[in-house]
Amino acid sequence: MNALLLTAVLGVIMMFSSILLTSKASVRNIAIFGLIIVLVSNVLEMSGTVFFRIDTKGMIAFDRFALLFNSIVFASTLIYFLLSARDIEKVGIHYGEYFALIFFVLCGVTISSSFRSLLMLFLGIEIISIPLYILTGSDKRNLKSNEASLKYFLLGAFSTGLMLMGIALVYGATGTFYTVVTNGTNSALFIAGMLLLMFSMAFKVSAAPFHFWTPDVYDGAPAVFTSFMATIVKVAGFIAFIRLFNDEFGTMQPTWQLLIALITAITLFIGNITAVFQQSVKRMLAYSSISQAGFMMMAIYAMNSDAKEGLLLYSAAYCLATIGIFAVLIKLKDYSFDGFNAFARQQPLLAAVVTIFLLSLAGIPLTAGFLSKFYMLKAILETGKYLWLVIFAVMMAVVSVYYYFRVIQAMYFKEGNGQIVEVSIAFKWTLVALAGIIILLGIFPNLIIYWLYF
Amino acid sequence: MIPVLLIVVPLVGGLLSFFLKNDKAVRLWALFSSLITLVVSILGLTVLKTDSYLQFRASWISSINASFSIRLDGMGQILCLLTAVSFPLVFISTWKSEYKKPNNFFGLMLLMQVGLMGVFLAMDALLFYFFWELALVPAYFLCSQWGGERRIAVTFKFFIYTFTGSILMLVAIIYIYLHTPDHSFDISAFYNTSLANKSESWLFWLMFIAFAIKMPIWPLHTWQPDTYEQSPTAVTMILSGVMVKMGVLGIIRWLMPVLHMSFYQWGDTVSTLAVTGMIYASLIAIQQDDLKRLVAYSSIAHMGLMCATLFAETQSGMQGVMIQMFNHGINIIGLWIVIELIERQFGTRKISELGGLAHHSPAMAILLVIVALANIGLPLTNGFIGEFLMFNGIFASSVTKYYIAFTVLAGITIILAAVYTLNMIRKVFYGQTNSVTMAGYSIRFNEKLALAIIVVFVFVIGLYPKIFLNITQETSEFILQKADVTKLFAE
Repeated sequence: MNALLLTAVLGVIMMFSSILLTSKASVRNIAIFGLIIVLVSNVLEMSGTVFFRIDTKGMIAFDRFALLFNSIVFASTLIYFLLSARDIEKVGIHYGEYFALIFFVLCGVTISSSFRSLLMLFLGIEIISIPLYILTGSDKRNLKSNEASLKYFLLGAFSTGLMLMGIALVYGATGTFYTVVTNGTNSALFIAGMLLLMFSMAFKVSAAPFHFWTPDVYDGAPAVFTSFMATIVKVAGFIAFIRLFNDEFGTMQPTWQLLIALITAITLFIGNITAVFQQSVKRMLAYSSISQAGFMMMAIYAMNSDAKEGLLLYSAAYCLATIGIFAVLIKLKDYSFDGFNAFARQQPLLAAVVTIFLLSLAGIPLTAGFLSKFYMLKAILETGKYLWLVIFAVMMAVVSVYYYFRVIQAMYFKEGNGQIVEVSIAFKWTLVALAGIIILLGIFPNLIIYWLYF
Repeated sequence: MIPVLLIVVPLVGGLLSFFLKNDKAVRLWALFSSLITLVVSILGLTVLKTDSYLQFRASWISSINASFSIRLDGMGQILCLLTAVSFPLVFISTWKSEYKKPNNFFGLMLLMQVGLMGVFLAMDALLFYFFWELALVPAYFLCSQWGGERRIAVTFKFFIYTFTGSILMLVAIIYIYLHTPDHSFDISAFYNTSLANKSESWLFWLMFIAFAIKMPIWPLHTWQPDTYEQSPTAVTMILSGVMVKMGVLGIIRWLMPVLHMSFYQWGDTVSTLAVTGMIYASLIAIQQDDLKRLVAYSSIAHMGLMCATLFAETQSGMQGVMIQMFNHGINIIGLWIVIELIERQFGTRKISELGGLAHHSPAMAILLVIVALANIGLPLTNGFIGEFLMFNGIFASSVTKYYIAFTVLAGITIILAAVYTLNMIRKVFYGQTNSVTMAGYSIRFNEKLALAIIVVFVFVIGLYPKIFLNITQETSEFILQKADVTKLFAE
């Protein structure tokens, strides 16, 4: 509850800061400082200190899982601010408002990770989505950005409509908006509502075949906001997804398991195969986010304790690695693979760090990405069903190695004029610390998972 | 203690190497670090042989019951000795080779040693997988950066091929882990698992594919000749000398005792594949003009023999394989040393363009001939001991009906090996010198030293193999006892 209210308040503060303050540095500093306060207050809430007590009539409940996930999101956003805040100011003139929108998105994330009522689910998802429509189109003079924003808005509104229809049907079947249901689960109304909710959530997390908006939106949005969307918003969608299907539809697992397995397989296939053919690293990362979404869907399919632990670890690993890669990508002018040629000669430290991020996304041991994929595989093998999905997933993981390593090859082994980027020492050291965290999590995943139980 | 040092010394050595920009300094430091590792390994073999020194266990990820558990058993001793001996040999023999950015090169080489040591020592399945992959990553960077013309595409193929096998193995490991009685990755838990027959079958293939790609076994061998050809020779020495033994160790330690029923069931199929690969590779080796590719194909033949012997499941076969792992590693490094100095001096690896080297460098010729004959398995050399034990093992096998066929076919490949090896020696060293080789070459001290050390090993093991036989006896008995399926038929 702390974080929910603080992020909402900070959003308003950031809106006013851009009017009242003239210096961009101070706006940035207020944002970073505010986020630190939010993170600290969330960690305090994990140990029991609640600043605000509001009776939500059981519609929101902050259990351990939600609080830990929120901490991961806030920490990732903090790293995102530290790395990319200066690039946010290059997008347009409404500097403080971009931060305000990001804070509102974080508020929506806290709601959607802890809902106990379908109304709150809807509220959380909408609070996440609407600021994103604005952020996508924030590069007002760029035609692609405008197209991306309109596309996102129209399709997002459509999927929200589907979600509302699904919620209405579930309400019609069960008689309540609360997600803990006891009766009415056998009716056709309920199953229809479940399907509609599944499809709309699949849209939000860009699972195939509802992923068609993702590459254009991620490509058209300013790279600095793509970084935020592809990571934090996507994992928030997944937490909402797993929460929904655990609480509301958990008893009906045999009904939807096969469908989720099929969605997972198609997502993995489309995400990985199309990423192979991309010429632009930014678009490749968009498709790679779809394939990573496929891996995260495996947690929803499995729905056991390994799956939940794995999803938390996956969120952390995926967010940190992708934020890191985007932070470097934003500094470059040329987003194509050839733009990375001989990068290692110009910037050896940045190239080494980007290599670690790519190895983590590919799933090489010693990185957090490997252990998170390991947890996902373990979760599915534990269910004992649909073992074909495991073999298919690992084959797709091999395909993903191909396009991630293309970047490494361009950086180290290809000739060219490496692009010159101007980065500060603080930027480099933050990236090194980020790579260190990824390797640390790759050896000791308990650093995160421990907090789920204690 | 000893296993920890075997991992930590090259790790520290490797990480520090990245910071030494001076060429001479980093070579000395790498050699020094590898010699310390060698001393530690010898200590583990001779003086500090008690159990408390040879194992180490720490808890790692307790929530899934994965522990950092490493131990030196008999087979591990030999393989760690092989690794510890190979790296100084490689560094000494390539002392004069030029490398751009030597600090990165030697750092990555030593990090590869960490991965290799870890695979041979790991007694926990997840740790085994970690080190298995970690040995691959430095190899990828080494081959891609310092290799031949087609290095980028070839190394990429090598990486993806091997990665596919390893990740399939990961699926099998997780599945077996979920069926262990106490849900742990420890090797003793894996040995005590009982699995349904049908699932054992596909688990066997998932794991075997990973090891078959590594060794390699026909038809999963297509990555190997190109990779060996395009890699810098120092890296090829380690790849063929040490890294392929990871596959053999995987079969012996992680496949045979765990999935023993499928091991028995699929033994004939796999032995057929192995023997086919041996004959196929030997025939291709006879046709080869490029020296590096010739040795690469001969390596496939040798590993095929080891694989077929393992599936024969006899005591002498097992010990033969364990000894031959060491022998093959040493011998093939010797061959690569000679090829490297031929290429460096004359600029060509093609047999058709060389000739008459022995006229100007008799010392090199003698040393090469000894190593080559050891490769064929001439009596008095170490190769003979290994091959004789292996053939004895296949012939005495009680688990297969086709032991005579396998022995005869494998025997034919020995003859083929003699054909291509002696052919190569004749054309390259004897005969007329031509314009390329007229300049002559007198072997340098460092190369002579490395080759001499190898020749010493060849004769010592060839004449007195008892040391090795003693070390490996307990391990091979233990593994065979775990793999024994005859008691299942007794009822």
